[in-house]
Amino acid sequence: MTYHFDFGAVLVYWPALLHGVLITLELTGFGAVLGVGLGIVCAYIRLGGPRPLRFIIGVYVEMIRNTPFLVQLFFIFFGLPALGLSLSAIAAAILATVINLGAYSTEIIRAGIEGTPAGQTEAGASLGLTKFESFRHIILKPALARIWPALSAQIIIVMLGTAICSQIAVQELTYAASFIQSRSFRAFEAYFVVTALYLALAILLRQTLRLGGKFLFPWERSR
Amino acid sequence: MMAFSTWDIIRNLLLATRWTIALSLAAFIGGGLLGFLILVLRIIPSRAAGLAARAYIEIFQGTPLLMQLFLAFFAPALFGMNVPAWVAAFCALTAWSAAFLAEIWRGCVQAVPLGQWEAGASLGLSYAAQLRHIVLPQALRLAIAPTVGFMVQVVKGTALTSIIGFVELSKAGSIITNATFAPFTVYGCVALIYFALCWPISFGSRWLEGKLNVAHHAH
Amino acid sequence: MSLITLTDLHKSYGPHEVLKGISLTIEAGEVIALIGKSGSGKSTLLRCINGLEPFQRGGIDITGLPVTTNPAELRALRQRVGMIFQQFNLFPHMTVGRNVMLAPMVVKKQSKAHAEATARQMLDRVGLAGRFDSYPGQMSGGQQQRVAIARALAMEPLALLCDEITSALDPELVNEVLAVMRDLARQGMTLVMVTHEMRFAREVCHRLVFMHQGRIHEVGPPAEIFTAPKTTELRQFIGLEPV
Repeated sequence: MTYHFDFGAVLVYWPALLHGVLITLELTGFGAVLGVGLGIVCAYIRLGGPRPLRFIIGVYVEMIRNTPFLVQLFFIFFGLPALGLSLSAIAAAILATVINLGAYSTEIIRAGIEGTPAGQTEAGASLGLTKFESFRHIILKPALARIWPALSAQIIIVMLGTAICSQIAVQELTYAASFIQSRSFRAFEAYFVVTALYLALAILLRQTLRLGGKFLFPWERSR
Repeated sequence: MMAFSTWDIIRNLLLATRWTIALSLAAFIGGGLLGFLILVLRIIPSRAAGLAARAYIEIFQGTPLLMQLFLAFFAPALFGMNVPAWVAAFCALTAWSAAFLAEIWRGCVQAVPLGQWEAGASLGLSYAAQLRHIVLPQALRLAIAPTVGFMVQVVKGTALTSIIGFVELSKAGSIITNATFAPFTVYGCVALIYFALCWPISFGSRWLEGKLNVAHHAH
Repeated sequence: MSLITLTDLHKSYGPHEVLKGISLTIEAGEVIALIGKSGSGKSTLLRCINGLEPFQRGGIDITGLPVTTNPAELRALRQRVGMIFQQFNLFPHMTVGRNVMLAPMVVKKQSKAHAEATARQMLDRVGLAGRFDSYPGQMSGGQQQRVAIARALAMEPLALLCDEITSALDPELVNEVLAVMRDLARQGMTLVMVTHEMRFAREVCHRLVFMHQGRIHEVGPPAEIFTAPKTTELRQFIGLEPV
């Protein structure tokens, strides 16, 4: 028995695919910006904050890194309403993404900060900067530059991870695939096309982050 | 409706956890074997082999595990075969783990100084002998901690197999939630069980990393 | 009143005492070099004066302000005393101009225009007027060290502490940095430096302070220190007596 592939039957649903790509990018964009922001704050506190806060952040990081994203998402979307906190699917998805990337980037950024040469901190101190001013102006940017490749890789992993958000009916790319296969009865073709789109997105995102790094950290080019 | 006590919930979840553990171990071992093959293709001095290995890694690291699971589940249907969910789950997780392990191990092989290869070559060892006797033993030491660390990713990855209908911990969580209407408790317990599985592995990986690195510096 | 007064300063790392009671006064406009073998405590002393190292006993007083461990007091003090490091410690992610402008803007809350004008003036003073927009990574070690001097000068300090500022430089780059220091000395800046450049110290400094094993052994004008050393340790250090 031979099977006749029919990708045309899937591609006619291109508006659904496009919509899916945009929602995936929306999740990734919010997740990356807010997640890395959260990571910066948590890394700062974890290295120099009061003890109880450091402990709480440690627990947060370990909890997130040692449980599946799927369970985190379900807990937020299905579990939190029991505490009176009901979120729309997209809001729950964004929250889960931010919390997830926040934990990973806390660890990554912390490593970057710990790689700061002692002389940099001393130079800041000898100029009369406070600890926070030193962090903001002197330590943060080179620390981010140091771990940018690791952070970029984690952002791509998070982008691919948003595929799971289809399970709470967020209309991202995977949801589009399910939708198309239910209409066209071409499951393999639908998932194949969407997989190819994810690969393209991953490659595009990696290049964008690389360029973004060159733009954000221009001094690295002069090395 | 049957009444579920918290103990019933936990008992049922723990029963399903057996499948999470079994699938994790199977995929980790399968992924390790396939990953080693890809590693070898990646580092032998053959352009074609290197390209194929790189393409494999790029594809499996650049697409969602969920898509790989769907494709593994739906592809056999094209040939009139219906595979059970656990077969598709095992195949997809193995292929996915192999890509990550091959890439982790490649980093470890690269961390062995070039001088070690050259020293082997200068003694008249063949490429295979250099790899087998000089480079891999040194890379192995570096690889232990990150390999153990990746085990956590595999355990977490098994959660996705619930979406194609394999009944493991996450799927059990969904089923029990539907029966009990207690999502907060159930998913809370599910998360804690995953944590109990993964955290010791994470901790072990970090411990090994510290131990092996310290020993390394002491040389 | 003296600019810097050290009174019976003691400092230890654990059980190891590095400074064993240092007393010294430094007047405004004085140029002083701390000399001695490595491990004699010169750099530690300098770092104590800038509050980079805590000390256990004794006191440091700069224009009436004591050096403490209180962060706010330390910041006030560091605005009066600049520090230049062996490894330059420029901020790699900022242009040269930004390096110099940072502290005046953040610490002294100067306007950007004001800070930029000062920065250009200071860079001109160290002979790097044209390099405002370069990154430190694009410059030689000697140029980077001159930027570090400009960066310290932009805070209009009463004194500069220089910790072996030519030790990390290739020999051919040492003179351009020493030339800047010579200018500063001539203009009346108070300088306290740890240096191994004996010829420079002899030529520029008003007083030399010879340290040995955590104590000040001899203090005096260069002519006296080099021609009439009183202690064996100093005679050995300047090579008049075999070790």
